[in-house]
Amino acid sequence: MAEQHPVGFQWVVEAKERGATVIHVDPRYTRTSAAADVHVPLRGGTDIAFLGGVINYILENGRHFTDYVRHYTNARVIIKPEFQDVAELDGVFSGWDREEGVYEVSSWGYAGTSGELAAGKSKQTGDVSGDIAHGAHGMKLEHGEPPEEDWDLEHPNCVFQILKRHFAPYTPEVVEQVCGVPREKLIQVAETLCRNSGRERTSAVCYAVGWTQHTHGVQNIRAASIIQLLLGNIGRPGGGIMALRGHANIQGSTDIPTLYDILPGYIPMPHPDSGDSFDEFVELNGPDTGAWGSLKSYATSLLKAWWGEAANPETDMGFDYLPRIDGDHSHYPMMLRMIDGETKGFIVIGQNPVVGSANSGLQRKALANLDWLVVRDTNEIETAAFWYDSPEIESGQTRPEEIGTEVFFLPAAAHTEKDGTFTNTQRLLQWHFKAVEPPEDCRSDLWFTHKLGQRVRAKLSSSQDPKDRPLLDLTWDYPTQGPQDEPDAEAIMQEISGRHADGSFVSKYQELKDDGSTTCGSWIHAGIYAEGINQSARKKPGGEQSWIAPEWGWAWPGNRHILYNRASADPEGRPWSERKRYVWWDEQEEEWTSLGDEPDFEPEKAPGYEPPEGVKGMDAIKGTSPFILHPDGLGWLYAPQGLADGPLPSHYEPHESPFPNLFYGERSNPTRQTYEREGNDYNPSAGEEGAGVFPFVLATYRLTEHHTAGGMSRSVPFLAELQPEMFCEVGSELAAERGLEHGGWATIATTRAVIEARVLVTDRIRPLRVGDPPRVMHQVGIPYHWGRKGLVTGDAGNELLPIVLDRNVHISEYKAATCDIQPGRRPRGPGLQALLDDYRRRAGVRR
Amino acid sequence: MSERRRLLPPVLRQLQGDPLGLGRAARSHRSETLRPRTDTADRVVQSVCPYCAVGCGQRVYVKDEKVVQIEGDPDSPISRGRLCPKGAASEAYVNSPIREYRVKYRRPYATGWEDLELDQAMDMIADRLIDTRAKTWEQNDADGRPLRRTLGMAVLGGATLDSEENYLMKKFFSAAGAVSIENQARI
Repeated sequence: MAEQHPVGFQWVVEAKERGATVIHVDPRYTRTSAAADVHVPLRGGTDIAFLGGVINYILENGRHFTDYVRHYTNARVIIKPEFQDVAELDGVFSGWDREEGVYEVSSWGYAGTSGELAAGKSKQTGDVSGDIAHGAHGMKLEHGEPPEEDWDLEHPNCVFQILKRHFAPYTPEVVEQVCGVPREKLIQVAETLCRNSGRERTSAVCYAVGWTQHTHGVQNIRAASIIQLLLGNIGRPGGGIMALRGHANIQGSTDIPTLYDILPGYIPMPHPDSGDSFDEFVELNGPDTGAWGSLKSYATSLLKAWWGEAANPETDMGFDYLPRIDGDHSHYPMMLRMIDGETKGFIVIGQNPVVGSANSGLQRKALANLDWLVVRDTNEIETAAFWYDSPEIESGQTRPEEIGTEVFFLPAAAHTEKDGTFTNTQRLLQWHFKAVEPPEDCRSDLWFTHKLGQRVRAKLSSSQDPKDRPLLDLTWDYPTQGPQDEPDAEAIMQEISGRHADGSFVSKYQELKDDGSTTCGSWIHAGIYAEGINQSARKKPGGEQSWIAPEWGWAWPGNRHILYNRASADPEGRPWSERKRYVWWDEQEEEWTSLGDEPDFEPEKAPGYEPPEGVKGMDAIKGTSPFILHPDGLGWLYAPQGLADGPLPSHYEPHESPFPNLFYGERSNPTRQTYEREGNDYNPSAGEEGAGVFPFVLATYRLTEHHTAGGMSRSVPFLAELQPEMFCEVGSELAAERGLEHGGWATIATTRAVIEARVLVTDRIRPLRVGDPPRVMHQVGIPYHWGRKGLVTGDAGNELLPIVLDRNVHISEYKAATCDIQPGRRPRGPGLQALLDDYRRRAGVRR
Repeated sequence: MSERRRLLPPVLRQLQGDPLGLGRAARSHRSETLRPRTDTADRVVQSVCPYCAVGCGQRVYVKDEKVVQIEGDPDSPISRGRLCPKGAASEAYVNSPIREYRVKYRRPYATGWEDLELDQAMDMIADRLIDTRAKTWEQNDADGRPLRRTLGMAVLGGATLDSEENYLMKKFFSAAGAVSIENQARI
């Protein structure tokens, strides 16, 4: 956090000065470790084992926050008797279909509910992703109440008891063998967390998105959620799980997604299985209870925002105009489709996949097989230059004359040259004002999209083809301004925020209607333009308001800064303690009130409210259930739906690993998406022939002085000077073992590629003792910022990595692969391929 | 500072009570007439740092319609005026020596870039989009269920785009029937 989010880290430093204990769990020793009380180095890819050890410690010692757990989580819910855990089935849950490689999930459900998933599915196939698509919000419950519960938490099939059994094997001794973390250190961390949680205190977990970059990435975060729910640290001040996102608007580009499987506000993209009609879509994707019970209002308002008058019964409210997904159309399958010749045209906006995505070689191969490519960026990044400057061209494997891709490079406007919002890592939208006009040909992406849309619509204006109707009927008349005719970003924000039939602005999502009388581009952002004011542009100085700072920008939804904050009060609505007072029930006024945040609950729903029979939506959520996005209003220790790889996190080895799984016979996550194809062969793992060729664990990471794939930092002279060269970090023992010299060169190899880097010999990466019996294990760390363009250049770390994905979210495993490392520079010319071939031959990779 | 002392070599000035050489010893006629760019700017505009997602406040200083300096915004309750090395260097990102200002075009199998007018580039891209879309259109799946989409074109957007830009992209490309609309949020 100190390296990648230095200014956010000031708050950690300040908390420490006030007495907080800071624990840093990371294979590397970084500036964060230097500022922490405790640094826990562990083997990359073993987070669930470590967190599972903490969960086991909490449960074994009865350290959970009992009142919180009983009332606010699903610990009391009884699961179907046919559910079988990984311990019984040696590493898979019940419902595993080995032939298809997916789970049939009906046995995971709450006892007394039907087994049907959202979108009419019964299997967690990989063709959709995200919790909604898998049905996390789709579970049907009668009036919001799980059918069978045991408030004493003793029923053998209640979640609490299942949890206890599931994590019982995660003892300090086994965790030590798996993670390389001494047992005393695990206990120290667990005990510190327990002591610092409860009525009087809260603990926070901060993770960077490296946690997501595993074949079990979602379950890493689930494991942290279980700890935080057991300790009562969600929805309370000083608690929570903070995703430290790595880009200015990575949160915003998920909320209002340029992602294939969701529409704005996490509404699922329609799938043929989710029915031909809008009503069927709503029925299959939306639950009856909780905030998602109003899915029809959200989706109708979106369709009205996009297609206006044309969103009418004749087009099924515009639902007929939406394209359908029916497979995994995410980033990596999309690149592979280019190699296979099925995708011909590609528009890349402010991203550099040739450096930033796993398996750079395959990324370039995909680009080389396109008919046309558009790259928009502020400078000529590797993705724009792939056709004349690449490792393949350097080594003579290909030439520009052999690459048929037509390339358009369009210079982009910088953030200072346009109005708009970034959503920061805490869901806070902040407006940035245009300072100057974009120079020469530089334009905003708003301009590009708007103008492209105008041209396409004009060219098709006389078309009678029904497939062109959605384009021609699209609401696309935005006011423009300035010498470049830039669209008015505020007009777009107004559409996102929403309007009533009379044109007045919507002030909150609860006002949205399912009859077509409201428009709203993203229901979670409803009200960001309430009262005709750009709420995200509010910049009342922090010094002039409370620490919550509700008048600086605007947090979705409804300017709620801490989500689920009803949990900061006890079931009766009183603060858990004076010290941790945040949101509470005001007996006199009969409403929820707070220190200054918006209550994330219905303002007048009393703590004692019990839903009457037959009610739906928010009315079905009890006065004691804070997690209003779930149909039962509870925090899910156990996820009965929504995950492709199991209701509970279990330790699996990374796809490439020098070690067997000490917990189960199933070595790696059985649901992981693998792509056995030319250019993406995998290194052999423990127990397989040739595993010894790649004995070290490899992880990629970032540096303070650079930004992701380098487009925004290798172009900056100061930053290029601060970190001028690609390097690798190795411990001194590994350096001695392989003859690596500090400041010299190393060649790093996998079955995909061979790269070179300067050597940094350091004690910041130490060997760990891992396995049963324990043996010394070395890790190699590489930053991934460099490429062949920019002010400073170097081999790209992602050349080395394979494409292997977490099935829940289709993110690749960048944080734990295997490799070999040797002293000296890599060969130039044909020798490069010869060296790679030699590695592949020795590893037994045949293709 | 007296004229006599100012004429001494800097190292001697430093020895006369300014051991770090950051104060009086560093002064000269020139330094006394220097003013920070933040003083001479025509206007200051509030912005947000474009790098990580902490969302630090920035103040952008503009002179003669050019960004001349970017500083931390002390009003921001998030950053309280601070910026990290990247945020502090972001003036050099905006004015990078390798920034591109003109459209570049590469024909299939060509060995170099050519110039192209922006207007013509946009027109050509619109033609490519319409053509690819028409050739790769899928109206129904094998069971006759509606798909009305194309997998023939794809869009990859970075996570430094504004939310409004993401919104327009999702809206337009979905209306065009594209479904492979992806983002750095996936990695």
